Amino acid sequence: MNPSNTLSKMTRLGIQHAGVFLVSAAAWFSTAAYAVNDLPGGPAVNQLNLGPAATRIAEEVSWLHWMMLIFCTVIFVAVFGVMFYSIWKHRKSVGHKAANFHESTTVEIAWTVVPFIIVIFMALPATKVIVAQKDTSNADLTVKVTGYQWKWGYDYIKGEGEGIGFISSLDSSQRTMSDNGGPKRGEVVDDYLLKVDHPLVVPVNKKVRIITTANDVIHSFAVPAFAIKQDAIPGFVRDTWFRAERVGDFYGQCSELCGKEHAYMPIHVKVVSAEDYSKWVGEETKKLTAKADVQPVELQAVRN
Amino acid sequence: MSAVLDHHDLAHDDHDHHAPTGWRRWVYATNHKDIGTMYLLFSFTMLIIGGILALIIRSELFQPGLQLVNPELFNQLTTMHGLIMVFGAIMPGFVGFANWMIPLQIGAADMAFARMNNFSFWLMIPAALMLVGSFFMPGGAPAAGWTLYAPLTLQMGPSMDAGIFAMHLLGASSIMGSINIIVTVLNMRAPGMTLMKMPMFAWTWLITAYLLIAVMPVLAGAITMTLTDRHFGTSFFNPAGGGDPVMFQHIFWFFGHPEVYIMILPAFGIISQIVPTFARKRLFGYASMVYATASIAILSFVVWAHHMFATGMPVTGQLFFMYSTMLVAVPTAVKVFNWVATMWRGSMTFETPMLFAVGFIFVFTMGGFTGLILAVAPIDLQVQDTYYVVAHFHYVLVAGSLFAMFAGFYFWSPKWTGVMYSETRGKIHFWWSIIAFNVTFFPMHFLGLAGMPRRYADYPMQFADFNAIASVGAFAFGFAQVYFFFFIVLPTMMGKGEKAPQKPWEGAEGLEWEVPSPAPFHTFETPPRLDVTATRVIG
Repeated sequence: MNPSNTLSKMTRLGIQHAGVFLVSAAAWFSTAAYAVNDLPGGPAVNQLNLGPAATRIAEEVSWLHWMMLIFCTVIFVAVFGVMFYSIWKHRKSVGHKAANFHESTTVEIAWTVVPFIIVIFMALPATKVIVAQKDTSNADLTVKVTGYQWKWGYDYIKGEGEGIGFISSLDSSQRTMSDNGGPKRGEVVDDYLLKVDHPLVVPVNKKVRIITTANDVIHSFAVPAFAIKQDAIPGFVRDTWFRAERVGDFYGQCSELCGKEHAYMPIHVKVVSAEDYSKWVGEETKKLTAKADVQPVELQAVRN
Repeated sequence: MSAVLDHHDLAHDDHDHHAPTGWRRWVYATNHKDIGTMYLLFSFTMLIIGGILALIIRSELFQPGLQLVNPELFNQLTTMHGLIMVFGAIMPGFVGFANWMIPLQIGAADMAFARMNNFSFWLMIPAALMLVGSFFMPGGAPAAGWTLYAPLTLQMGPSMDAGIFAMHLLGASSIMGSINIIVTVLNMRAPGMTLMKMPMFAWTWLITAYLLIAVMPVLAGAITMTLTDRHFGTSFFNPAGGGDPVMFQHIFWFFGHPEVYIMILPAFGIISQIVPTFARKRLFGYASMVYATASIAILSFVVWAHHMFATGMPVTGQLFFMYSTMLVAVPTAVKVFNWVATMWRGSMTFETPMLFAVGFIFVFTMGGFTGLILAVAPIDLQVQDTYYVVAHFHYVLVAGSLFAMFAGFYFWSPKWTGVMYSETRGKIHFWWSIIAFNVTFFPMHFLGLAGMPRRYADYPMQFADFNAIASVGAFAFGFAQVYFFFFIVLPTMMGKGEKAPQKPWEGAEGLEWEVPSPAPFHTFETPPRLDVTATRVIG
């Protein structure tokens, strides 16, 4: 068998198949284009970078990320500029003869020391942010967040609203929607898998300390707009904090594999003005007292 | 019919013992070349199985909503994809290269412990069967992620125990393989092959073998404690009994981070052999390459908790692990600079091994930079457990380890099989793979920065387009590897193609090019006399 003949046949076949594949991929792809809008406080459509910050820390993190990205891109372009220049110029096919050098202590020390210094410059600003992130003292409001398979429990344990507590789970119609293959074409669900029954409500411009723990396995409480992510670990308490600087809805999702419904326990934080917060606390407290009044009757019913 | 499959006749004359034939040749194999071949074929099989799992994952994620699998099966798929690729594909792949090449490179007759070599290979078969078979056990395969975090592992069905046992076997196999490599390299080098004249691939494997011996027992300890927590009422990691789930993560990552370098250091070794060959110029900074490899290995023991920033460690802990992790960038940068300096003013040609090597340096470095970005703890908190991390480690494990193995295959297969692979097809494989790879994994950086968590069976609509692109890329990448096997590997194994000369590459140096192609069944039975550079045999 003539190998070159087989090869060309192969190539032709390959190209045909690749063509079919590309066409069908494109067909798939067009059906994959859904109608969806950016979700303020959540992901934007085809978002490329960290989203808009709602806290000082998140702003700092965005800045750190830009700094790192620029450092890395400049170094990348410089190093690979040299490499591709060499690939272009020092080819055998353009008649380049190999030189004979293979070591230079000076150069080698230089390019060990220079990256070391660059790394220090990268680490310095990051250090300041870490120290700030870790300072959970003097909080205005403390909320205990408990991870359950597969929902979040919020308990206001210190500050205005102390005593309020509720469970927050994914909107059940969205869970059904997911089982049925997701939103149908033409259906616009901007908060798909992010809508909850009871959002966590906090006041704007107040330092909120989040204490995390879990009831069963490890979960992780994350809100990208605040740049917080704190694992919720059963048997342990950990904490983090944020001070939201604007009113609005902010979203996050459980960020530690916690079993089969891992993708279905979103976080929705509603940041409201001080007045609205007091009003909300008032309503919730009223509900609580109502419940407390009802409870003995319920208990009675249980006892009977 | 085949060069790989029947070259042992060549050496028959001067031997009065009878090497087994037929199936016995493989089951009773003690020859490093046969065992190397088996390791490589095993690794490729696992790559395909793990790849199929990946493609099911990508099919499910092609659109929002659940279409193909339920969330439980989805978690099983991501878990098994990780375990199979790490323990079944990448690690055994490099052991295959080590078996084939280290004795040839250092002028040894075989591996030091030939029978143990056989055992460490055959241990992997029951382990692999148990891993893959766990899908068919009651409750399905383990679904706690390849990191096996407690206490989720305590909720798993019986397949978790099968998985743990499989990992024990694979760990034992790795430890035996490492002992073999260390003893071979330290005791069986030909006279004149001093350590600092040894080829870089042998060097990186020597260091890797020490890493393996250091950390595989740590993994064994972690999973054994998981096992006793599951069945014997202990509470190492079970918070309900006063155990500490975070302790599991510390132990796991004390294994896990060196493990990452176990999967990349031999890749560095392969690249350090290929770049000088095709630049026709000696490796720049050989000594600093050795020191850089050793530094990376040592640093790998003090960076583990950067995988755990989100667990909430004290500020000093975060700072320490951030600084130590960023330090890894220094020796890694030295390696990249040395490769570029090796190319500089060389006389380069771009056969497939060199294409994959240059592709490796380019794409691996992107993975290195995202690693540096991830090392910055505040940024890490934003992208921890998102697709950014998925993109990062696939850039270093696929474009790093796997591409290096492809490069190594094209570089050394003429020696293994005695025939040249088809250069055209090799180039098709390279371009197809590198483009499909980037189509698959580059968009994942965006998804991660936008906040899409990993291990999610379904996701918000805003993430739909990049997921669709990644899925299309993944299928293209998968088909590229099928093409590789059927149109490149299989023909060379069957001896189809131009006959390979003893030294197919003009710029190649080293003892493996001093023996005929294909390499005879027995090589260097008496220690060769070497020239002063220890790259040529003189009589």
